[in-house]
Parts: sequence; structure tokens; C-alpha cells
Amino acid sequence: MINKVVDGFAAALAGMKDGDTLLCGGFGAVGEAFALVEAVIELGVRDLTVVCNNAGSGVVGVAALIKAGKARKLICSYPRSSDPQVIDELYARRAIEIELVPQGTLSERMRAAGAGIGGFFTRAGADTKLADGKELREIDGKLYVFEKPLPGDFALIKAHRADRWGNLVYRKSARNFNPVMAMAGKTTVAQVDEIVELGALDPDAIVTPSIFVDRVVRTP
Amino acid sequence: MTPLTRKQMAWRAAQDLRDGQYVNLGIGMPTLVSDYLPPGREIVLHSENGILGMGGAPKQGEEDRDLINAGKGLATLLPGGSFFHHNDSFLMIRGGHIDVSIMGAYEVSATGDLANWATDGDTRAPGVGGAMDLAAGAKEVRVLMEHNGKDGSQRIRQACTLPLTGKGCVTRIYTNLAVLDVTRDGIVVREMIEGLDLDALQKVTEPKLVLANDWKRIGAPVLS
Repeated sequence: MINKVVDGFAAALAGMKDGDTLLCGGFGAVGEAFALVEAVIELGVRDLTVVCNNAGSGVVGVAALIKAGKARKLICSYPRSSDPQVIDELYARRAIEIELVPQGTLSERMRAAGAGIGGFFTRAGADTKLADGKELREIDGKLYVFEKPLPGDFALIKAHRADRWGNLVYRKSARNFNPVMAMAGKTTVAQVDEIVELGALDPDAIVTPSIFVDRVVRTP
Repeated sequence: MTPLTRKQMAWRAAQDLRDGQYVNLGIGMPTLVSDYLPPGREIVLHSENGILGMGGAPKQGEEDRDLINAGKGLATLLPGGSFFHHNDSFLMIRGGHIDVSIMGAYEVSATGDLANWATDGDTRAPGVGGAMDLAAGAKEVRVLMEHNGKDGSQRIRQACTLPLTGKGCVTRIYTNLAVLDVTRDGIVVREMIEGLDLDALQKVTEPKLVLANDWKRIGAPVLS
């Protein structure tokens, strides 16, 4: 019998180690797995690379994780979102490295990782300094920049409902990066509001099919 | 001569949006454009975080914390609207499915280069968000910005002095003084505010301006 539902965050995060890359879902404070991400702090792992559109807001979730000094590097498109007090403080004393990526490129790099694609050419950023050091190619008269896949050791995502197989549905704009991160994580952990019986989710409405999900944990 | 207010600038940009267009509004002043969409036109707003058919702010009591706009403010969904994930959202942007992107800017060049993500001397962590994707992929990029910096500095430049967001992408600029088109013949003045003439506008604009034959005055209403 398949049962991906785990009891508690320690089981949800088992196997995480120093230097791992974490894909953390969310756009601003919406669709972020706050409790799951904060549970990483308790594990004692360090030198993490955190991939997240923003650098968290306030002092919760991703912001709490980087404030605790667990991340060496942040890969993001827009670190200073609402209430950027933590990233402002860390960046001011250069206590964290930031790799800035155009938002669509960030998303597509994770899709490539999940899809077994060895990278892609995009026009976004090709004419800018974010393309410095990257391969450029003119295709049909337009300049493109080559971007590599961005896989994660763990994807820590937030969904609304799950079943024990790990099928997921989301709520409104809380979907954002979560489905693509689910595809790109070696181990994908979904924090969900509700766990329902197998078969209770409308198959036509499932956004993330179970194959992309390894563990499901309920929001406490 | 009274420069347009921010609301009047947003109103003016809204008047050019046509029935049936899919439009992305950037954060900051461009978000105000949604308040002045001409009645009778169905204009579908795209939000980079996975929304088509986005409405304005919710009424009190109808707020949903899972429904936000690109600026992270609470939003609503109109009938016909849909939610999707980030990959689809940026596929729409890069793939040329968005008809019009309206963004703020620090500088625009005479050839339509856009600089709107990094300023000189900002010591805070840099952020680019979806601006480069929009600059590269929207069918049309229009800019909404004050004509000059607070210190009187030029923002419509011969060449941008700040780091670029995209090259040759801007087609129209709405400022508090004028509506200008970026064309092969240079920057063409389509509209100016009451009391302003080309000489006065040229003094606060670096590239040589061309006055359109059919130029007119901006007739913006008083907006409170």
C-alpha cells in the first residue's frame, strides 16, 4: 500500500544534509510551507542553498531559516518582498550570497530539471548583465541566453489538499511555484491543510500528480 | 502648466487598452491603471503569480489571503478568471501571449531600451522579478513614469546609464508631461499637457524629439 503521509516534520525532512539545495515554494507569503521550512532550523543542517522567489517576509518561514544562518546562498528573483528585514540585514553584512535570476527563468530552470532537459535558451535577460558569463546565441535574429537546469535535493512545498498517494490541489494564487518545484525536487515534501481519502480528489482537477510527491505532512 | 498626477497618468495609459486585450500591469504606479479601465471594454489582467482575469482589491469581509497580486496586495478574481502555476504564467509572458505590459522605469532610451531594476548606489539586495521576462516577451511594452527624476535628472535618455532590463522593447512612454512613442525616426511626441510646448519638453528630454503632425493635448479628467 502506498502511504506518503508522514507523521511530523522530523519524518518529513529525514535525510536532509549539509550543503543541500532546498526549493521553497511561495510568492510573497502566499503558498509558502512556513512550518515545514521552519522545521529545517531544528535539524542542525547548514550551508544550504535556498531557492525561493523572494527571501521570505517578516521573520517566518524562509526568512526565519536564513535568519538562523542556515543558508549559504539564495537563488531568487526578487529578494526584497514585503517586510524584507531579514534579507536586508544579512545582505548588508554580506552574510549570504545571492544569485539573481529573472522570475520566469527561475521557474523554467526548475522545470528543465524536473523534465530531464539539459537547459534552454531564453530571451529574458539576454541583453543584460544577468547574462554575464553565460552562453549567448542568436536564434532567428534574436539574442538568447543559455540557462541550466536547477534541481533541488528537497522541494518544500505547500498545497491545499492531498491524498495518501500524494496527489495535490492548490488554492488560488497559492499555487505559484509549488507544482514546478514538486517536479524538480529529488525528495518532494508537501505541507498540506487537509488530507482526504484516496479517490476524493477530482482527477480532472489534480494539479500535481502523485508521482512528483514523496512525502505529505499536515499543517499542525 | 500642471503636470499630471499619478492617477491621471494611470488613467491616460488605461485609455489605450482595447477590448479583448491581455494585459500585465507592473507593481507600483502601473497597478493604478486597473482603476481606470474604460467601461464597456473587457480587458483581461494577467498577474505573474498565476492569475488571468484579476480584479481589484476585495471588499471588506471578502478578503482571501491566498489571492494576491504581483505587488503582494490582496486581489480578487473576475468571472472567467483562472489560476495556473508559475511556468504557465511565464510561458504566457515569454511566449508572446501577453498583448501589453505596462511597467515603471528609471530610464528609457531613444531606441526603446528599458532600465527598471537596478539603480546606482542602492546598497540593498538587488531584485529583478519578472521585468526581464516581460521586456523580452510581451507583444508591446509601455512605460509609465515621471518625466524626470526628483532631482530633475533625465529619464528619457539617448542611451540608458543604468543596467538594462531589455533592449529596444519599449514602444510608448506615458509621463506626467507627455505621451511619447519610440519609433525608428526617434522619440515622437503624440500628446502634451495643457500649457507645455515642444521647446519646454525638449529641455527636460535628452534625445531629440519629433512632434507628431496630429499631436494633441492630454485631456485627463480631475481624479481624486
